[in-house]
Amino acid sequence: MKKATRSTWHLRLYVAGQTPKSISALTNLKRLCEQHLAGRYRIEVVDLVDQPHRAGQDDIVVVPTLVRRLPPPLRKIIGDLSHSEKVLVGLDVTRDDRGE
Amino acid sequence: MAVARRPPPPTKRTGTRQRSADGSLAKAPTGISGLDEVTRGGLPRGRTTLVCGSAGCGKTLLAMEFLVRGALEFGEPGVFLSFEETSQDLVENARSLGFDLQRLRSRRLLTIEHVHLERTELSEAGEYDLEGLFIRLGHAIDAIGAKRVVLDTVELLFSALADRSVVRAELARLFRWLKARAVTAIVTGEREGDQLTRYGLEEYVSDCVIVLDQRVVDQSATRRLRILKYRGSAHDGNEIPFLIDERGVSVLPITSLGLAHRASSERLSTGVAGLDGMFGGRGYFRGSSVLLSGTAGTGKSSLASQFVEAACKRGEKCLYLAFEESPPQIARNMRSIGVRLQPWLRQDRLRIHAQRPTALGLEAHLVAIHQMIDAWRPQIVVMDPVTNLIAVGSPIEVKAMLARLIDFMKTRQITALFTSLTDGSGASEQTDLGVSSLMDIWMLLGNREANGERNRAIQIVKARGMPHSNQVREFVMTGRGISLVDVSRAADGSVAVGSTRGAQQRRAE
Repeated sequence: MKKATRSTWHLRLYVAGQTPKSISALTNLKRLCEQHLAGRYRIEVVDLVDQPHRAGQDDIVVVPTLVRRLPPPLRKIIGDLSHSEKVLVGLDVTRDDRGE
Repeated sequence: MAVARRPPPPTKRTGTRQRSADGSLAKAPTGISGLDEVTRGGLPRGRTTLVCGSAGCGKTLLAMEFLVRGALEFGEPGVFLSFEETSQDLVENARSLGFDLQRLRSRRLLTIEHVHLERTELSEAGEYDLEGLFIRLGHAIDAIGAKRVVLDTVELLFSALADRSVVRAELARLFRWLKARAVTAIVTGEREGDQLTRYGLEEYVSDCVIVLDQRVVDQSATRRLRILKYRGSAHDGNEIPFLIDERGVSVLPITSLGLAHRASSERLSTGVAGLDGMFGGRGYFRGSSVLLSGTAGTGKSSLASQFVEAACKRGEKCLYLAFEESPPQIARNMRSIGVRLQPWLRQDRLRIHAQRPTALGLEAHLVAIHQMIDAWRPQIVVMDPVTNLIAVGSPIEVKAMLARLIDFMKTRQITALFTSLTDGSGASEQTDLGVSSLMDIWMLLGNREANGERNRAIQIVKARGMPHSNQVREFVMTGRGISLVDVSRAADGSVAVGSTRGAQQRRAE
């Protein structure tokens, strides 16, 4: 079942400080990745409070914003990622990716 | 009666309100031509102003000019946060107004942040807020020490994000935040239907609201600006024409001058000795407005030219705005009656500016005239014939424009002479424009047809503040200009004209 699409996922999560929404977003993201992309993902957290200059990089207005850097194309999901189905659809995690 | 518009006393409000040393509301001058006059000094400093209008009304350009002039003229760097146009588009559009945004950016006087938000490119999965926007804006402000901010147009957030209640709450927070940062800000909003802005931005902005409007009247586009609201400050609440040209935005706030101009008692010769005689021997007051009405060929331009020639001889500067004839043609025609304009043109004592009325819209004419007067500062201005402007505006608009122009010239003590071409069939005292009420002096020129001849006649309909003759005087055009003929009475006591007068005078001799 090893296909080209089963490459490493690079996910970047933009948050602004340790707010309940930030914490919730990171927790939800880790859980979903473990469930569906175990061993094939990398999460980078960018806290804009510490690194304000990076907001322009991915054109961030809303927080939390999750950016799928890899695989292409780039995708953005906003919110605390509490709606798992919407996150999976937004990330376009296919059945194949989920390993089903 | 002259009534000076008085600003209402400043209202007492919260203690956080920014006030200058004398207790008046602190303002940030825009540097935009005319806008600081109608706002009595600029936009509320440290506050947010809403500029709204329909698409293409000039919101973005006005906002950009606010930043450019703020940076260049007042040393206040600015941040332009654009939700619509890209930085490149903004730079290119501003270049057409003569603004070099790239240079301002490299001098760290301007930052352009383009926010790209597209609903179809975003998935929403849970709760969110707009803290990213705050951080980004705050970072941009801090990076260059910005004092001015533009958000153009923040309403795009409503269409990009599904949760409107979040957007509303965050916008309210954004406006409070801007105030806390003490930046002078403009937010733009798009007008829709009867609403000022599509999503009710006016609910958040309580200090100053400016509405822009673009209308097409008689094939020419006219732009208007109105200050709907300016808390704690006097302002001009009228609709004021404005223009966007290669020098940026120009607002024409002439009505704001009101009627407080001073009145000179100095008198100027009309250029015709006999006519001076009809005004008690001394001519017009300096700074007055004079209307010469008459049908075609009654000598309006000739009389105007003689007035100009006399002024040039006194050493004054005259601006002759010709809407019908070219400068060489005017000079040639006047030479035929002995009025020599050529030497004064050469010496730059006289400038003739000829332009077809239809070449520009009404506002554009007004701006062009303003700029010429501002640049050259003439003492005398002639508009010949002012009636031709009807071609570019309705009578009401032309009258409004003339009122502005007359006010403007009066404040500068410019003596203005307007000729008005009246319809031959109409009542003689009816001017096409209904502008006579604006004028201090109104004279009527006419041809009287009787006994197989046409004789020229002039009468003074009104002359404010000076004694004047009630007679209808005959005049002739000679090789040495216009000459009023001595009054001669027929046997029945009526004033004799033409050959009857000749016969009368011969009999008398």
